[in-house]
Amino acid sequence: MRVKLTVQKFNPDVDPKPYKKDYFVEASRGMTLLTALLKIKAEIDGTLTFRASCRAAICGSCLMQVNGSQKLACKLPLKEELEHHGKIEVGPMANMPVIKDMVVQMAPFWEKIKAVDPFLMTKNGVEVPTEALKDLHEKLHNADGCIMCGACVSACTSFEVSRGFLGPAALAKAYRFQADPRDQAHVPRLEALQGPDGIWDCVRCNFCVQVCPKDVRPMEQIVRLRRLSIGAGFSESVEARHITEFTKVVGDEGRLNETLLPILMTWGNLKKMLRIIPLGIKMFLHGKTPFPFKRVPGRDEVRAIFKRWEKTK
Amino acid sequence: MKYALFPGCASKGATPELYTSTMKVVGRLGLDIVELEAFNCCGAGVISEADPDLAYTLNARTLATAEKMGINNVMTICGTCQGILGGANKNLQEDDALRDRINRALKDATGLEYHGTVEVKHLQWILVKDFGLDELSKFITHPLNVSIAPFYGCYILRPSRATGFDDWENPTSLEKLIRAVGAYPVEYDGRTKCCGFPVLLEKDQIALSMVAKNVGEAKEKGSDAMVTPCPLCHMSLDIYQDRAEDRLQQTRPDETLGVPILHLPQLLGLAMGFSPKELGMKRHLVSTAPLIEKIQ
Repeated sequence: MRVKLTVQKFNPDVDPKPYKKDYFVEASRGMTLLTALLKIKAEIDGTLTFRASCRAAICGSCLMQVNGSQKLACKLPLKEELEHHGKIEVGPMANMPVIKDMVVQMAPFWEKIKAVDPFLMTKNGVEVPTEALKDLHEKLHNADGCIMCGACVSACTSFEVSRGFLGPAALAKAYRFQADPRDQAHVPRLEALQGPDGIWDCVRCNFCVQVCPKDVRPMEQIVRLRRLSIGAGFSESVEARHITEFTKVVGDEGRLNETLLPILMTWGNLKKMLRIIPLGIKMFLHGKTPFPFKRVPGRDEVRAIFKRWEKTK
Repeated sequence: MKYALFPGCASKGATPELYTSTMKVVGRLGLDIVELEAFNCCGAGVISEADPDLAYTLNARTLATAEKMGINNVMTICGTCQGILGGANKNLQEDDALRDRINRALKDATGLEYHGTVEVKHLQWILVKDFGLDELSKFITHPLNVSIAPFYGCYILRPSRATGFDDWENPTSLEKLIRAVGAYPVEYDGRTKCCGFPVLLEKDQIALSMVAKNVGEAKEKGSDAMVTPCPLCHMSLDIYQDRAEDRLQQTRPDETLGVPILHLPQLLGLAMGFSPKELGMKRHLVSTAPLIEKIQ
């Protein structure tokens, strides 16, 4: 079966901007995109540039965008992709500077991984008893499954508009060490993650969960870091208060009170409060500010649910 | 088919026009609906950040209530509620140990128990699959003949193992509905991106950049309006659009936004002949007047 691959080409030394080029390959049964690209490079166009190493979905080198989504070329059956989309369009990862064709600059990615201190830190070599490591793999929630391919960062909608954000890969790596009982730097690491580009920049869009080829679910690890942060006492920021006050309001009233929540979240933060007041007035004028003191049906059952969990924790 | 309507906090709070337009549209279509009047918040992904078991129990209460009423289809009208309630349902159905743990708490607190028999479906999916586009077309009396940019929002698409109706990479249900009302769907990258709502108050620079990017792109592609199945996306794109425009103009002074953001039932309602007033169009912060003028 003859298959057309439309590949984005770009050599910044000679090309004013990226352009698309079509290649045709004879696709054998089970052929992966990587095999097809290697065939093109060997037989059609030696200038075609991409990274690849293990060919077994382990090293993460061959991550690229295929039909707009982040995929490992070595793991992607060509025919299945063609059946699904009716076309094969290949380009470099998004959100990263392109060096040539599908090869992107990974240095900023690695800088962010380094920034979360991705290693065990112990005090004076004090060892943790072996029993404490029981079920560790389960406690890590697959955060140690990351192959550093960059799919999550390439798909991250927050990183797309805020390049300072540490990003899902680095934060999932941070969680991996926060969850490890041998690590003794839990609080300082959590403290560092409270910064302007840390855990609170995630918008929970689930893209990283969706595209991760190893089911690391980075967003879920970020959520766990947030929970650990509040548990460790980092609870006074507007971000942390979004979680605690939202939960309290629902626990008290059964539903979200959209008039009250912004006030509770920004209480004591004059700058933030001043920013939301004009908006509140505008919303009020358009009938979008619900009466804040309404008792809703079902409230008592909700309160009972909250009480039940409070009792057991 | 009978549906238990889960209105969600937003339709009973900051976007009341979603509730009124939904009731007009489902009434006209003759969908058999019983409203879950004593519903509770789905948690919006926020309560599970504080306590996942608590969030599961709140959603199990909703599902168990529908089950007790003898209805095994819950209809949502909010993309976020769909993702959270639908995702919780999937996990409760597939994980017996989780369901047992949550049921113990639910039973202690309310006497209810969830047996896993309910399906959670957004109105968007119900119209495309259960009701059918052919049947829907019989109710379209005022084809709109304008360009509409679909904005799906995150939770109605991802993670796909919990949602599974549309192809997350290339969803089509919203485009199908746009065509069904006689309008033209606009293709643009932003249609499956994030609206920024979850960080509006905390990280407004990120949220505003997202609004500016998505709305700007839709406008550039010639959209007369955008439509979304999620009231939280609606709030972000509508309420914060003027601030996003200010931000945009810091680097591109001549660019403007001003794209009306419609709730899905409002789009359907306009094509069914309901008046803009009946559909609550005046409640929007970005004026819908240019759109109304164009379709009339």
